[in-house]
Amino acid sequence: MLRDITLGQYYQTDSVIHKLDPRVKLIATICFIISLFVVKNWVGYVLAAVFLAVMIKLSNVPFRYMIKGMKAIIFILLITVVFNLFLTPGEVLWSVWKLKITKEGLHTAVMMAVRLSFLIIGSSVMTLTTTPNSLTDGMEKLMKPLKVFRVPVHEVAMMMSIALRFIPILLEETDKIMKAQIARGADFESGNLIKKAKAMVPLLVPLFISAFRRANDLAMAMEARCYRGGENRTKMKPLKYAGRDRIAYGVLTAYFAMCVVIRIYL
Amino acid sequence: MSIILDHVDYVYGEDTTLAVHALNDVNLVIPDGQFIGLIGHTGSGKSTLVQHLNGLIKPTGGSIYFNGEDIHAEGYDKKKLRSKVGLVFQYPEHQLFEIDVFKDVCFGPKNLGLTQKEAELRAYAALKQVGLEDEYFYQSPFDLSGGQKRRVAIAGVLAMKPDVLVLDEPTAGLDPKGRDEILDQVAKLKEETGITVILVSHSMEDVAKYVDRIIVMNQGSVLYDDVPKEVFKHYRELEDVGLAAPQVTYIMQALHKSGMPVATDATTIEQAAQEILQIFF
Repeated sequence: MLRDITLGQYYQTDSVIHKLDPRVKLIATICFIISLFVVKNWVGYVLAAVFLAVMIKLSNVPFRYMIKGMKAIIFILLITVVFNLFLTPGEVLWSVWKLKITKEGLHTAVMMAVRLSFLIIGSSVMTLTTTPNSLTDGMEKLMKPLKVFRVPVHEVAMMMSIALRFIPILLEETDKIMKAQIARGADFESGNLIKKAKAMVPLLVPLFISAFRRANDLAMAMEARCYRGGENRTKMKPLKYAGRDRIAYGVLTAYFAMCVVIRIYL
Repeated sequence: MSIILDHVDYVYGEDTTLAVHALNDVNLVIPDGQFIGLIGHTGSGKSTLVQHLNGLIKPTGGSIYFNGEDIHAEGYDKKKLRSKVGLVFQYPEHQLFEIDVFKDVCFGPKNLGLTQKEAELRAYAALKQVGLEDEYFYQSPFDLSGGQKRRVAIAGVLAMKPDVLVLDEPTAGLDPKGRDEILDQVAKLKEETGITVILVSHSMEDVAKYVDRIIVMNQGSVLYDDVPKEVFKHYRELEDVGLAAPQVTYIMQALHKSGMPVATDATTIEQAAQEILQIFF
């Protein structure tokens, strides 16, 4: 159940996308997300779909595995769709009692669903092909100019990498705690919302306690190794752009330009 | 009353690149009232196996029967199964959550739908069974020592009055004294109530003294399934799978080889001592 969340989990395999510099993947993901909001018609979405499909194919991550991560957000997706479907004013297509579906509503609902699912699949392509460590490395490097404005770039990157690192650990722990409580007759599935929320207490208390304990241990281990932030810190493997990264930037620019052209002329 | 595992297979992460075959054609019959040691090296599949016994994991192949009924059949009451097959996990930290020990132990029986009064009676009895002193009953479970936490965790499952008690590495992380105390307590409990106990461990030394049957797991399969002294005869093969027979087995084997007329199948220090003494008297 909980293991199905693929967002933020690395899928180990060998591919061109895996080998790209994390900075390229970060910028590409941001560009892709922006492009989803730039395009406004079907041609644009088809272009985005093709781009995404090619990226997934190149990444060698099974599409089925990627879709697994979608299950977790299907609820949010449904709410968005339902609200847009029924609450957008305009030309009425179909109505029952006080609910009516409008042409505009249908249009936005479908657009929103496509946008949201592309957005999530797009960002999971990044997280599935990049280890959390290289991701934060990339982020740190990209945000370096902000240091001029006294933004603690290294510290933020460190926090991000710790947070990402802990997602799978805490998920696994949640799974174990759930099993331990189910073995004691706990029921996490049936009942109404209030009952379900109450049933979470035996899960959340051990989880929080273990998270705090882990945080404490980690802080101790870092202190023991004289960690003191980003001052004068060098990297064992500094990030360097290679030929394929330049090609990737080229492809990305072409894609983004096409999106803008579609937006303006079509 | 028994548990039967029929050709049970289990694969973790079935359709990913990281698929692991954790159980491989496991066939076992667990009759009532036995004290069983389930032994295996880390990653041998013993923890996966015990999670099958109360239906926490569904086998990817084969079936499991409790009292003659397939536990994964449509409409089978899993909650009832879990109250009959009590599983205590390795880390008590994974299940303690209430503000005091007593309330925490009440959690299980309350989930079974018992009244507050009944749940409290059962909790009290269970805490007594694991030998926890009254002074700890109203303390936070997080302030207890490792051994005491483990007792509370066991009590939390015992309070559901299971017919089968499965303990997953109950002694992990405890010092020798704590370990002996817990195991002695479990043996006493077994004696008094006559329930089936399955003790999961990676140490022969720990279980040899208590159990009347040992199941050795290796790479997801059952390697040996016999009474302790028969299993320990394979002490050379056990070493190959990262385990070892108790130290007395080695001593008796060495004595036997050097020409002393001793039997080599002693499993506890007491038996070995008697065996050696009878040469001289």
